[in-house]
Amino acid sequence: MTTTATEIGRDRRRKEDQRLITGRTRWTDNMTLPGMLHLAMVRSPFAHARITSIDTSAAAAAPNVVSVVTGAELGEEMGVLINAWPITPDQVAPVHTPMAVDRATFAGEIVAVVVARSAAAARDAAELVDVEYDELPAALDLKEAAADTVLAHPDLGTNKSAYWVFDSAAAGTGGDVEEAIGTARADGIVIEREYRQQRLIPAFMEPRSVVVDPTGEQLTVWSATQIPHILRFAMAATLGIPESKLRVIAPDVGGGFGGKLQTTPEEWLAVVLARRLGKPVKFTETRSESLISGHHGRDQWQKLTLAATKDGTVTGLKVELLADLGSHVSLVGGGVPVLGAFMFNAIYKFPAYHFACQTVLTNKTWTDAYRGAGRPEATFAIERLMDELAAELGVDPLVVREQNWIKHEEFPFTTVAGLEYDSGNYEAATARAKELFGYDELRAEQQRRRDADDPVQLGIGISTFTEMCGLAPSRVLGQLDYGAGGWEHASVRMLATGKVEVITGASAHGQGHETAFSQIVADRLGVAFEDVEVLHGDTQIAAKGLDTYGSRSLVVGGEALVRAADKVIEKARPIAAHLLEASVEDLEFSGGTFSVRGTDAGMAIGEIATAVFAAHNLPDGVEPSLDSDATYDPVNFSFPHGTHLCAVEVDTETGRVRMRSYVCVDDVGNIINPLIVAGQVHGGLVQGIAQALWEEAVYDDSGTLVSGSFVDYLLPTAADTISFEIDHTTTPSTTNTLGTKGVGEAGTIASTPAVVNAVVDAVRHLGVHDIAMPCTPERVWRAIHMSSSAEGADQ
Amino acid sequence: MTRISLTVDGQQVVDDVEPRMLLVQYLRERLGKTGTVIGCDTSNCGACTVHLDGRSVKSCNVLAVQADGSEVTTIEGLASNGQLHPVQEAFRECHGLQCGFCTPGMIMQSVDLLEENPDPTEQEIRLGLEGNLCRCTGYHNIVRSVQAAAKGATS
Repeated sequence: MTTTATEIGRDRRRKEDQRLITGRTRWTDNMTLPGMLHLAMVRSPFAHARITSIDTSAAAAAPNVVSVVTGAELGEEMGVLINAWPITPDQVAPVHTPMAVDRATFAGEIVAVVVARSAAAARDAAELVDVEYDELPAALDLKEAAADTVLAHPDLGTNKSAYWVFDSAAAGTGGDVEEAIGTARADGIVIEREYRQQRLIPAFMEPRSVVVDPTGEQLTVWSATQIPHILRFAMAATLGIPESKLRVIAPDVGGGFGGKLQTTPEEWLAVVLARRLGKPVKFTETRSESLISGHHGRDQWQKLTLAATKDGTVTGLKVELLADLGSHVSLVGGGVPVLGAFMFNAIYKFPAYHFACQTVLTNKTWTDAYRGAGRPEATFAIERLMDELAAELGVDPLVVREQNWIKHEEFPFTTVAGLEYDSGNYEAATARAKELFGYDELRAEQQRRRDADDPVQLGIGISTFTEMCGLAPSRVLGQLDYGAGGWEHASVRMLATGKVEVITGASAHGQGHETAFSQIVADRLGVAFEDVEVLHGDTQIAAKGLDTYGSRSLVVGGEALVRAADKVIEKARPIAAHLLEASVEDLEFSGGTFSVRGTDAGMAIGEIATAVFAAHNLPDGVEPSLDSDATYDPVNFSFPHGTHLCAVEVDTETGRVRMRSYVCVDDVGNIINPLIVAGQVHGGLVQGIAQALWEEAVYDDSGTLVSGSFVDYLLPTAADTISFEIDHTTTPSTTNTLGTKGVGEAGTIASTPAVVNAVVDAVRHLGVHDIAMPCTPERVWRAIHMSSSAEGADQ
Repeated sequence: MTRISLTVDGQQVVDDVEPRMLLVQYLRERLGKTGTVIGCDTSNCGACTVHLDGRSVKSCNVLAVQADGSEVTTIEGLASNGQLHPVQEAFRECHGLQCGFCTPGMIMQSVDLLEENPDPTEQEIRLGLEGNLCRCTGYHNIVRSVQAAAKGATS
């Protein structure tokens, strides 16, 4: 049987897997309820158009159709969607109704809903809804939209939503960046670049699905969501349903990556129609619907000015961003660039920093969190700039990084962006990565290929990243005008048979909480891993919680769990003393057993649970329960870091990039389950590499998403990717009991700049200093042969 | 409606179906075989992969009527006598899944791949799984899973 400190750090195979590998799964779309009706959406084919008429008569008369509704008909009944992060008091945001009323604002927006007895009947009838549109000019290009050339929402009078600034001189966290740039212009180095973060699509594998059951006293919503608790709160707040009358369940959820961190029109409409019709309803999107109408990610222009001394010491960084919100300000979309604002300085200790971001409305699909959310953009910018600085100086890019990074002995370190990094060891991670990678040998091969004018050139890319995880201290979120807190809740229930139920407010969708959280509690309480059951994702079971995103589940939710488990032990202690006829002071708790010092007498916590259940012999005034709750609000973020090294081969004749090797050494603090951590890193890496090389949401000139299916939106396949070599150093976080830092987003944040740095490095000697993402063969070839850097960055 | 008769996971079934009904819809909606899932509408993702007369097919790409007279095996019928198939075991052992949505298709495709080529190279595995998309694992541990199953290294 397992005992203290044997579970944490162990490669436990996942508890979740048995059902997932045998098909005994509970995806939302599997749900069937008696009398259940099905929804089909009619969506605007135009990016921007006035709806002049909607004729629903043919659809309503079609076989098995129950109802056809439009936005004008539902009116206020359909409520509004939430903009939870208005980053400035004067943020401009259009009202976000779940369905267009008189104007469609992106291609894919819902304009009518058909309800029928089968999904097929609903879809057939949706084809019969006759909508007439007057097409309006569409705001599509981000820079043009920022200039208000064409208005996405003419009634607002501008596309500019919010302008958010951080300045280290004004904040008192550093010097004046203009002064640093002025000094560098006079006698130093100034690097000025403009980078494009292309638009991406989260593309979780399970399409979004929602089932609503209005029968009974409560309204029950099953949804393929990352955020059952936030969803419940938002629905209660905007649909006039008392929160206590709403139960939200996220059953098995097939991936999210931020894409299911959303409150969606489809969920609202399903609730409204189930309530209206008094019958259960289901909506499951098609993949094409998912790609055009589920929120997108990234989509920024980054204008960057880096100042440095002649010897390569960075003295300041100025960041000016344009961020495309799409047609509406979504749940947290307005704040995604702000999440990046604290990360542009990364692991470096330069003294002056200025960040300004203009968020912009366009007539494209709305944007919001996508794995990393703000931090990949920041990391890309600074890691690309460090390579550019190294090139300017003619030194190894690792050398210039080390010259500027925070030294191990300098922690804790308060950054120019005002965050306190609790721990880190960039030297150790880099040394290990160099060794695994064979850095010096690859540099030598690179030189040989250059000297030989080999048509296939070798490039080496570096990314020494950090990120902020464990979202988030509630006070900080308040200061940033976010609409909620960042705490997490956990409960531990000792059952009469000695088994343990653990309830977490985090809501897993592939991360393996059932396994990792079992390991934590098994160690803490000294019970068997198999005896712990982790429950989550149902607001009637996990009554409180703030769900899963921002690499927060372990760092925040894990700490709540530890505290709840410790309370169980403290509740059991006086009962154990009573039953063992000893004083509390003479008891020690180890390996799941309370024992009396100096004697053989002892009782396992499970035995105490049984005695508590019977409650025949408890101390006076002690309640017959060991169950405990804890709500934990973090005092700080956590700061994982790592060194990623990537080698690519670039065929200068075709522009094709071939991944050759990828090594990463991450420091995520203490590790609960190495197998799960490795999996998170692998998957994260491929998502980041995909941004560098393959993926892009492309719109045509009329605002139609041309990459609107998996034929055109290039998710990497097994044949595109390689095996990775990963390792880790361990510098425990000092801000939580477990010493963990979070790992969900690390790979994605780190890998994009590593790959682009490698591609540019391969052809830099040919006069190239930038290639726009994704680095397609055409763009690489043009960069080499037309000596026009950043070719293809035309959006 | 057209009458079809086939064997699914060892059980004989007879049904009247619309000619346009896809095999995957038939499996999920009529037989409740919800272990097989739908991930796209263009036959790219492979999440719906099943075996039709012993070979892998994307069941979104087959009409139910085309399966008339055939034998279909889904992820739910892969284990036998309570014993997981070695490929299922390998996916668990090697952490070849995270959210698990692509997993039924990925496992069914891997079984077919290994039946055709019991000792594949890494590159052969990668090419053999090219028609099945996964967003979680970066394929690293999926490849390891197939290698482990091939070696019979799992217990």
